[in-house]
Amino acid sequence: MIGIVDYGAGNLNSILKAFSYLKLPARLVTSPEQISKLERLVIPGVGSFGAALAELRHRNLYPAVINWLKENRPFLGICLGCQLLFEKSEEAPEETGFSIFPGSCRKIRAAKVPHMGWNLVKIIRPDPLFSELDSAEYFYFVHSYAVFELMGHALALTYYGSHFVAAVKFGRIYGVQFHPEKSGPAGLKLLYNWGTKC
Amino acid sequence: MLTIRIIPCLDVDEGLVVKGVKFKDLKVAGDPVELALKYYQEGADELTFLDVGASLKSRKTMMEVVQKISEKIFIPLTAGGGIRSLDDIRELLLAGADKVSICTAAIENPSLIQEAACCFGSQCIVLSVDAARVNGGWQAFIRGGTHNSGLDAILWAKEGVSLGAGEILVNSIDRDGTKQGYDLELIREISEKVRVPVIASGGAGNLEQIYEAIAIGRADAVLLASTLHYGEMSIPEIKKYLKSKGVPIR
Repeated sequence: MIGIVDYGAGNLNSILKAFSYLKLPARLVTSPEQISKLERLVIPGVGSFGAALAELRHRNLYPAVINWLKENRPFLGICLGCQLLFEKSEEAPEETGFSIFPGSCRKIRAAKVPHMGWNLVKIIRPDPLFSELDSAEYFYFVHSYAVFELMGHALALTYYGSHFVAAVKFGRIYGVQFHPEKSGPAGLKLLYNWGTKC
Repeated sequence: MLTIRIIPCLDVDEGLVVKGVKFKDLKVAGDPVELALKYYQEGADELTFLDVGASLKSRKTMMEVVQKISEKIFIPLTAGGGIRSLDDIRELLLAGADKVSICTAAIENPSLIQEAACCFGSQCIVLSVDAARVNGGWQAFIRGGTHNSGLDAILWAKEGVSLGAGEILVNSIDRDGTKQGYDLELIREISEKVRVPVIASGGAGNLEQIYEAIAIGRADAVLLASTLHYGEMSIPEIKKYLKSKGVPIR
């Protein structure tokens, strides 16, 4: 069973619907007790860095998520869920993220922000996550912050103003800055890969 | 590179897709779920649904349409038409919409944009500006293009962004359904004055005109309705043409 962490923000239905379409059993997780029994955990996107952490603490989900990550169990962070895996974000400088990856998120510097639409994701390190996908594939993005420090854990990069991290991995912990649940057949394929091969 | 988005727009009235000319004379163009699936398979980058019925029954059918489509189609979905409150927005987002488009209520009650952006995030609030040329400028119209709000359309778009809109949909009432091409000056004026993506709408009749909306109008996305519904152009055809002109396309 895949658990989707409900921290009171974001459109959780779309990710649930995508897993349901792929026939991968998934459910929303609202309490820490529900987490330990799961096989996989997803923190979906949308919301802000500070508010998401505050809400995870408020709902007492934070310690369970941290434990999950410490045990390196299968995890997927989407958009904001990916940003939370880093140490810091300009969006909430006083906060500290899960710190699985070194580095911090900063505001995108480009003519138009948010970065909204389909952009090319270039895979720089092959991984089962991208199984049967092209080495450069379009995915749908909506975000105003990203990690622009290029680091060893990066699996894929995207260009908007400058290069930023589009996918990242440490052991069984994955993060993607784009929205696979809104990226058509390529996005569904990636979710299926994560749910069955990662 | 970020690509230009091609967005089919389905005006839905009591569960059926309709399309008119200059916001009038609506004709039935098909079943929304079937059309949406077809456009998804052809490579649409997003889909927009507007409830033009504005009755309680039409609204309920619209929810069902969004619900059904979001179970089968995995690209961004925008819903709009008759949104008046935060509850209306919440309802549509829960049904499966990723964004909502707001026109009349935003002008009558600008704090709705502010509150909605605060509650749900700017990324899901599309400000729809229905503009027509009046005395050498453009004015923003409301209630399906029937009332002049008296606001300058360009200034209103800027104001909407400062209130928290994450995208601007620019509809030219003068060009709607006419196939005479987009109002390029209007689109460019707005696109150059706001720092959020701009979607061009109203008037597309051929491939060249779509290219112009991007190259001259500086649109980040184009919205297409009748020309797609009546099969005068197809999404693959549009994408192939734009690619040949050097436009970044998925």
